[in-house]
Amino acid sequence: MNAAAFLSSALPSILTIGGMALVTYLSRAAGLAVMSRLSVSGRLERFMKAIPAAILASIVAPSALAAGPAEALATLATGLVAWRVNNLPLAMAVGVAVVLGLRLALA
Amino acid sequence: MLKQSDLIRFSLPGLWAGFCACLPVALGVAVYGVLFGLLARQKGLSLLETQSMSLFVFAGASQLIALDLWSVDLPGGLPVVSLILTTLIVNLRHVLMGAALSPWLTRLSSGPAFGSLFFMTDESWALTLSRMVEDQRLKREPDGAFLLGAGLCVYAFWNASTALGHLLVRGLGDPSKYGLDFAFTAVFTALLVGLRPRRHDLLPIIAATATALACARLLPGKWYILTGAVAGGLAAALGPAPSLSPDPRPAPGDDRSRP
Repeated sequence: MNAAAFLSSALPSILTIGGMALVTYLSRAAGLAVMSRLSVSGRLERFMKAIPAAILASIVAPSALAAGPAEALATLATGLVAWRVNNLPLAMAVGVAVVLGLRLALA
Repeated sequence: MLKQSDLIRFSLPGLWAGFCACLPVALGVAVYGVLFGLLARQKGLSLLETQSMSLFVFAGASQLIALDLWSVDLPGGLPVVSLILTTLIVNLRHVLMGAALSPWLTRLSSGPAFGSLFFMTDESWALTLSRMVEDQRLKREPDGAFLLGAGLCVYAFWNASTALGHLLVRGLGDPSKYGLDFAFTAVFTALLVGLRPRRHDLLPIIAATATALACARLLPGKWYILTGAVAGGLAAALGPAPSLSPDPRPAPGDDRSRP
Protein backbone atom coordinates (compact mmCIF):
# COMPACT_ATOMS: atom_id res chain seq x y z
CA MET A 1 0.00 0.00 0.00
CA ASN A 2 1.47 3.38 -0.93
CA ALA A 3 1.42 6.40 1.32
CA ALA A 4 -1.60 8.08 -0.30
CA ALA A 5 -3.73 4.95 -0.07
CA PHE A 6 -2.71 4.45 3.55
CA LEU A 7 -3.58 8.05 4.39
CA SER A 8 -7.00 7.93 2.77
CA SER A 9 -7.90 4.67 4.49
CA ALA A 10 -6.62 5.96 7.81
CA LEU A 11 -8.25 9.39 7.47
CA PRO A 12 -11.35 8.64 9.59
CA SER A 13 -9.17 7.31 12.42
CA ILE A 14 -6.82 10.28 12.19
CA LEU A 15 -9.72 12.75 12.25
CA THR A 16 -11.39 10.96 15.15
CA ILE A 17 -8.32 10.63 17.34
CA GLY A 18 -7.16 14.15 16.45
CA GLY A 19 -10.61 15.54 17.30
CA MET A 20 -10.77 13.60 20.55
CA ALA A 21 -7.31 14.88 21.49
CA LEU A 22 -8.29 18.46 20.68
CA VAL A 23 -11.54 18.55 22.68
CA THR A 24 -9.88 16.77 25.60
CA TYR A 25 -7.07 19.32 25.76
CA LEU A 26 -9.54 22.20 25.43
CA SER A 27 -11.49 20.83 28.41
CA ARG A 28 -8.27 20.63 30.43
CA ALA A 29 -7.14 24.15 29.51
CA ALA A 30 -10.51 25.95 29.63
CA GLY A 31 -10.78 26.21 33.42
CA LEU A 32 -7.48 28.07 33.76
CA ALA A 33 -8.10 30.17 30.65
CA VAL A 34 -11.42 31.41 32.07
CA MET A 35 -10.31 31.83 35.69
CA SER A 36 -7.19 33.80 34.80
CA ARG A 37 -9.45 36.41 33.19
CA LEU A 38 -11.98 36.61 36.02
CA SER A 39 -11.87 38.41 39.31
CA VAL A 40 -13.57 36.12 41.79
CA SER A 41 -15.48 37.30 44.84
CA GLY A 42 -18.80 36.90 46.64
CA ARG A 43 -21.01 34.05 45.53
CA LEU A 44 -18.65 32.98 42.73
CA GLU A 45 -15.83 32.75 45.26
CA ARG A 46 -17.95 30.50 47.50
CA PHE A 47 -18.91 28.42 44.45
CA MET A 48 -15.26 27.91 43.46
CA LYS A 49 -14.08 27.13 46.99
CA ALA A 50 -16.65 24.34 47.25
CA ILE A 51 -15.69 22.74 43.92
CA PRO A 52 -12.73 20.53 45.00
CA ALA A 53 -14.63 18.70 47.76
CA ALA A 54 -17.76 18.57 45.58
CA ILE A 55 -15.86 16.92 42.70
CA LEU A 56 -14.27 14.35 45.01
CA ALA A 57 -17.62 13.59 46.67
CA SER A 58 -19.27 13.24 43.25
CA ILE A 59 -16.56 10.90 41.95
CA VAL A 60 -16.91 8.49 44.88
CA ALA A 61 -20.67 8.73 45.53
CA PRO A 62 -21.94 6.04 43.10
CA SER A 63 -19.18 3.48 43.73
CA ALA A 64 -19.17 4.16 47.50
CA LEU A 65 -22.87 4.42 48.30
CA ALA A 66 -24.83 2.77 45.49
CA ALA A 67 -22.76 -0.35 44.86
CA GLY A 68 -23.70 -2.36 47.96
CA PRO A 69 -22.92 -2.82 51.66
CA ALA A 70 -19.35 -4.09 51.09
CA GLU A 71 -18.41 -0.94 49.17
CA ALA A 72 -20.16 1.37 51.65
CA LEU A 73 -18.41 -0.19 54.65
CA ALA A 74 -15.05 -0.22 52.86
CA THR A 75 -15.49 3.49 52.08
CA LEU A 76 -16.15 4.12 55.77
CA ALA A 77 -13.02 2.16 56.74
CA THR A 78 -10.94 4.06 54.17
CA GLY A 79 -12.26 7.37 55.45
CA LEU A 80 -11.43 6.51 59.06
CA VAL A 81 -7.87 5.46 58.17
CA ALA A 82 -7.37 8.63 56.12
CA TRP A 83 -8.70 10.71 59.02
CA ARG A 84 -6.19 9.20 61.47
CA VAL A 85 -3.07 8.90 59.29
CA ASN A 86 -1.98 10.95 56.30
CA ASN A 87 -0.85 7.99 54.19
CA LEU A 88 -2.51 7.55 50.83
CA PRO A 89 -1.07 4.12 49.85
CA LEU A 90 -2.13 2.76 53.25
CA ALA A 91 -5.68 4.11 52.88
CA MET A 92 -5.85 2.62 49.37
CA ALA A 93 -4.60 -0.79 50.57
CA VAL A 94 -7.05 -0.83 53.49
CA GLY A 95 -9.95 0.04 51.17
CA VAL A 96 -9.08 -2.70 48.68
CA ALA A 97 -8.48 -5.30 51.43
CA VAL A 98 -11.74 -4.48 53.24
CA VAL A 99 -13.84 -4.52 50.08
CA LEU A 100 -12.29 -7.80 48.98
CA GLY A 101 -12.90 -9.41 52.37
CA LEU A 102 -16.47 -8.13 52.67
CA ARG A 103 -17.37 -9.17 49.11
CA LEU A 104 -16.24 -12.70 49.92
CA ALA A 105 -17.98 -12.65 53.31
CA LEU A 106 -21.25 -11.21 52.01
CA ALA A 107 -21.37 -13.17 48.76
CA MET B 1 2.04 40.98 34.17
CA LEU B 2 2.74 39.05 37.31
CA LYS B 3 5.39 40.42 39.60
CA GLN B 4 8.32 38.08 40.12
CA SER B 5 7.41 37.69 43.80
CA ASP B 6 3.94 36.41 42.88
CA LEU B 7 5.30 33.46 40.93
CA ILE B 8 5.70 30.09 42.59
CA ARG B 9 8.48 27.58 42.05
CA PHE B 10 8.46 25.14 39.15
CA SER B 11 11.34 22.84 40.04
CA LEU B 12 12.69 19.37 39.32
CA PRO B 13 12.30 18.28 43.00
CA GLY B 14 8.66 19.38 42.79
CA LEU B 15 8.19 17.36 39.61
CA TRP B 16 9.78 14.31 41.26
CA ALA B 17 7.60 14.72 44.37
CA GLY B 18 4.50 14.68 42.18
CA PHE B 19 5.72 11.67 40.24
CA CYS B 20 6.42 9.67 43.42
CA ALA B 21 3.17 10.67 45.11
CA CYS B 22 1.27 9.35 42.10
CA LEU B 23 3.03 5.97 41.85
CA PRO B 24 0.53 3.86 43.87
CA VAL B 25 -2.41 5.34 41.98
CA ALA B 26 -0.61 4.90 38.65
CA LEU B 27 -0.29 1.17 39.35
CA GLY B 28 -4.09 1.03 39.62
CA VAL B 29 -4.39 3.04 36.41
CA ALA B 30 -2.12 0.53 34.66
CA VAL B 31 -4.57 -2.31 35.36
CA TYR B 32 -7.18 -0.41 33.38
CA GLY B 33 -4.62 0.47 30.72
CA VAL B 34 -3.98 -3.21 30.06
CA LEU B 35 -7.73 -3.73 29.90
CA PHE B 36 -8.08 -0.86 27.40
CA GLY B 37 -5.31 -2.21 25.16
CA LEU B 38 -6.85 -5.67 25.21
CA LEU B 39 -10.37 -4.43 24.44
CA ALA B 40 -9.05 -2.13 21.70
CA ARG B 41 -7.41 -5.04 19.92
CA GLN B 42 -10.60 -7.09 20.26
CA LYS B 43 -12.52 -4.16 18.73
CA GLY B 44 -10.15 -4.19 15.75
CA LEU B 45 -8.12 -1.07 16.49
CA SER B 46 -4.53 -1.30 15.26
CA LEU B 47 -1.66 -0.81 17.68
CA LEU B 48 -1.02 2.55 16.01
CA GLU B 49 -4.61 3.68 16.61
CA THR B 50 -4.68 2.39 20.18
CA GLN B 51 -1.38 3.97 21.10
CA SER B 52 -2.13 7.28 19.34
CA MET B 53 -5.23 7.55 21.49
CA SER B 54 -3.27 6.94 24.69
CA LEU B 55 -0.51 9.36 23.66
CA PHE B 56 -2.63 12.23 22.34
CA VAL B 57 -6.03 11.93 24.02
CA PHE B 58 -4.77 10.40 27.29
CA ALA B 59 -8.12 10.15 29.04
CA GLY B 60 -9.01 6.70 30.36
CA ALA B 61 -12.76 7.02 30.73
CA SER B 62 -13.33 8.60 27.33
CA GLN B 63 -10.99 6.11 25.63
CA LEU B 64 -12.92 3.18 27.08
CA ILE B 65 -16.25 4.76 26.14
CA ALA B 66 -14.93 5.44 22.62
CA LEU B 67 -14.35 1.71 22.17
CA ASP B 68 -18.10 1.18 22.63
CA LEU B 69 -18.82 3.54 19.73
CA TRP B 70 -15.87 2.52 17.56
CA SER B 71 -17.24 0.63 14.58
CA VAL B 72 -16.07 0.72 10.99
CA ASP B 73 -18.99 -1.39 9.73
CA LEU B 74 -21.63 1.36 10.01
CA PRO B 75 -23.10 2.72 6.74
CA GLY B 76 -21.27 6.04 7.18
CA GLY B 77 -18.07 4.35 8.35
CA LEU B 78 -16.50 5.41 11.63
CA PRO B 79 -18.89 7.73 13.57
CA VAL B 80 -16.32 10.53 13.75
CA VAL B 81 -18.59 13.29 15.01
CA SER B 82 -20.32 11.31 17.75
CA LEU B 83 -16.98 9.96 18.97
CA ILE B 84 -15.59 13.49 19.29
CA LEU B 85 -18.76 14.88 20.91
CA THR B 86 -18.95 12.02 23.41
CA THR B 87 -15.31 12.62 24.32
CA LEU B 88 -16.03 16.31 24.88
CA ILE B 89 -18.99 15.55 27.16
CA VAL B 90 -17.10 12.93 29.15
CA ASN B 91 -14.25 15.39 29.69
CA LEU B 92 -16.25 18.52 30.54
CA ARG B 93 -15.57 17.85 34.23
CA HIS B 94 -11.94 18.84 33.53
CA VAL B 95 -13.08 22.45 33.08
CA LEU B 96 -14.02 22.66 36.76
CA MET B 97 -10.91 20.73 37.80
CA GLY B 98 -8.63 23.14 35.94
CA ALA B 99 -10.52 26.07 37.43
CA ALA B 100 -10.06 24.65 40.93
CA LEU B 101 -6.27 24.55 40.42
CA SER B 102 -6.17 28.09 39.03
CA PRO B 103 -5.09 29.77 42.31
CA TRP B 104 -1.74 28.02 41.82
CA LEU B 105 -1.58 27.75 38.03
CA THR B 106 -2.11 31.50 37.58
CA ARG B 107 1.11 31.93 39.58
CA LEU B 108 3.10 30.04 36.94
CA SER B 109 4.03 31.46 33.57
CA SER B 110 1.61 30.28 30.94
CA GLY B 111 3.90 27.79 29.17
CA PRO B 112 4.41 25.50 32.16
CA ALA B 113 0.80 26.02 33.31
CA PHE B 114 -0.91 25.13 30.02
CA GLY B 115 1.68 22.45 29.28
CA SER B 116 1.07 20.76 32.64
CA LEU B 117 -2.68 20.78 32.00
CA PHE B 118 -2.29 18.39 29.05
CA PHE B 119 -1.35 15.74 31.63
CA MET B 120 -4.15 16.50 34.12
CA THR B 121 -6.26 13.43 34.93
CA ASP B 122 -8.75 12.86 37.74
CA GLU B 123 -5.97 11.19 39.72
CA SER B 124 -3.18 13.73 39.20
CA TRP B 125 -5.67 16.58 39.74
CA ALA B 126 -6.86 15.20 43.08
CA LEU B 127 -3.33 14.53 44.34
CA THR B 128 -2.15 17.99 43.30
CA LEU B 129 -5.12 19.72 44.85
CA SER B 130 -4.67 18.00 48.20
CA ARG B 131 -0.94 18.72 48.09
CA MET B 132 -1.57 22.43 47.47
CA VAL B 133 -4.13 22.60 50.29
CA GLU B 134 -1.69 20.85 52.61
CA ASP B 135 1.13 23.23 51.59
CA GLN B 136 -1.11 26.07 52.62
CA ARG B 137 -2.02 24.53 55.95
CA LEU B 138 1.66 23.92 56.73
CA LYS B 139 2.67 27.34 55.34
CA ARG B 140 5.00 25.59 52.91
CA GLU B 141 5.83 27.19 49.59
CA PRO B 142 3.97 25.28 46.83
CA ASP B 143 5.77 23.87 43.81
CA GLY B 144 3.89 24.25 40.55
CA ALA B 145 5.68 21.28 38.95
CA PHE B 146 3.86 18.81 41.20
CA LEU B 147 0.90 18.63 38.77
CA LEU B 148 3.22 17.89 35.83
CA GLY B 149 5.12 15.23 37.81
CA ALA B 150 1.94 13.47 38.91
CA GLY B 151 0.54 13.72 35.38
CA LEU B 152 3.70 12.33 33.77
CA CYS B 153 3.59 9.38 36.15
CA VAL B 154 0.03 8.51 35.06
CA TYR B 155 1.02 9.17 31.42
CA ALA B 156 3.97 6.77 31.54
CA PHE B 157 2.00 3.99 33.22
CA TRP B 158 -1.08 4.49 31.04
CA ASN B 159 0.87 4.37 27.78
CA ALA B 160 3.07 1.44 28.77
CA SER B 161 0.05 -0.54 29.96
CA THR B 162 -2.17 0.10 26.93
CA ALA B 163 0.67 -1.05 24.64
CA LEU B 164 1.23 -4.10 26.82
CA GLY B 165 -2.49 -4.92 26.75
CA HIS B 166 -2.64 -4.61 22.96
CA LEU B 167 0.53 -6.56 22.24
CA LEU B 168 0.90 -9.23 24.86
CA VAL B 169 -2.05 -9.81 27.10
CA ARG B 170 -4.46 -12.40 25.76
CA GLY B 171 -6.84 -12.52 28.69
CA LEU B 172 -7.38 -10.57 31.88
CA GLY B 173 -9.68 -11.33 34.76
CA ASP B 174 -12.19 -8.71 35.80
CA PRO B 175 -10.23 -6.24 38.01
CA SER B 176 -13.15 -6.27 40.46
CA LYS B 177 -12.32 -9.89 41.26
CA TYR B 178 -9.27 -8.56 43.13
CA GLY B 179 -11.01 -5.53 44.59
CA LEU B 180 -8.95 -3.30 42.26
CA ASP B 181 -12.01 -1.43 40.99
CA PHE B 182 -12.31 -0.08 44.53
CA ALA B 183 -8.74 1.31 44.59
CA PHE B 184 -9.92 4.54 42.94
CA THR B 185 -12.90 4.94 45.26
CA ALA B 186 -10.51 4.48 48.21
CA VAL B 187 -8.00 7.04 46.88
CA PHE B 188 -10.59 9.72 46.19
CA THR B 189 -12.28 9.06 49.57
CA ALA B 190 -8.94 9.48 51.35
CA LEU B 191 -8.22 12.69 49.46
CA LEU B 192 -11.67 14.07 50.31
CA VAL B 193 -11.12 13.32 54.01
CA GLY B 194 -7.63 14.84 53.67
CA LEU B 195 -9.17 18.18 52.68
CA ARG B 196 -10.40 18.28 56.33
CA PRO B 197 -13.86 19.63 55.48
CA ARG B 198 -15.28 22.07 58.02
CA ARG B 199 -18.88 22.34 59.11
CA HIS B 200 -19.78 24.84 56.39
CA ASP B 201 -18.34 22.45 53.75
CA LEU B 202 -20.85 19.74 54.66
CA LEU B 203 -23.90 21.17 52.88
CA PRO B 204 -22.08 21.40 49.50
CA ILE B 205 -20.68 17.88 49.97
CA ILE B 206 -24.13 16.48 50.74
CA ALA B 207 -25.64 18.31 47.75
CA ALA B 208 -22.87 16.98 45.48
CA THR B 209 -23.26 13.42 46.78
CA ALA B 210 -27.05 13.37 46.36
CA THR B 211 -26.90 14.87 42.88
CA ALA B 212 -24.12 12.52 41.75
CA LEU B 213 -26.06 9.49 43.03
CA ALA B 214 -29.20 10.53 41.15
CA CYS B 215 -27.33 11.45 37.94
CA ALA B 216 -25.26 8.26 37.94
CA ARG B 217 -28.57 6.40 37.67
CA LEU B 218 -30.17 8.65 35.10
CA LEU B 219 -27.38 9.86 32.81
CA PRO B 220 -24.70 8.03 30.83
CA GLY B 221 -20.93 8.45 31.07
CA LYS B 222 -19.36 10.84 33.56
CA TRP B 223 -22.13 13.45 33.70
CA TYR B 224 -22.63 12.67 37.39
CA ILE B 225 -19.25 14.19 38.29
CA LEU B 226 -19.99 17.46 36.52
CA THR B 227 -23.58 17.77 37.77
CA GLY B 228 -22.61 16.79 41.32
CA ALA B 229 -19.79 19.34 41.36
CA VAL B 230 -22.06 22.11 40.08
CA ALA B 231 -24.72 21.21 42.67
CA GLY B 232 -22.10 21.39 45.43
CA GLY B 233 -20.85 24.74 44.17
CA LEU B 234 -24.39 26.13 43.96
CA ALA B 235 -25.19 24.91 47.49
CA ALA B 236 -22.16 26.84 48.73
CA ALA B 237 -22.93 29.94 46.69
CA LEU B 238 -26.64 30.14 47.50
CA GLY B 239 -26.54 28.70 51.03
CA PRO B 240 -25.69 30.64 54.17
CA ALA B 241 -22.34 32.43 54.06
CA PRO B 242 -19.72 30.78 56.29
CA SER B 243 -18.83 32.64 59.47
CA LEU B 244 -15.77 34.80 59.13
CA SER B 245 -13.28 32.29 60.49
CA PRO B 246 -10.07 32.58 58.50
CA ASP B 247 -9.96 30.01 55.72
CA PRO B 248 -6.41 29.23 54.65
CA ARG B 249 -7.43 28.30 51.14
CA PRO B 250 -7.22 31.16 48.64
CA ALA B 251 -10.05 31.63 46.23
CA PRO B 252 -9.21 31.34 42.56
CA GLY B 253 -8.24 34.78 41.38
CA ASP B 254 -7.52 36.17 44.85
CA ASP B 255 -5.18 39.10 45.24
CA ARG B 256 -1.95 37.17 45.09
CA SER B 257 -2.81 35.87 41.66
CA ARG B 258 -3.91 39.25 40.31
CA PRO B 259 -1.66 41.30 38.04
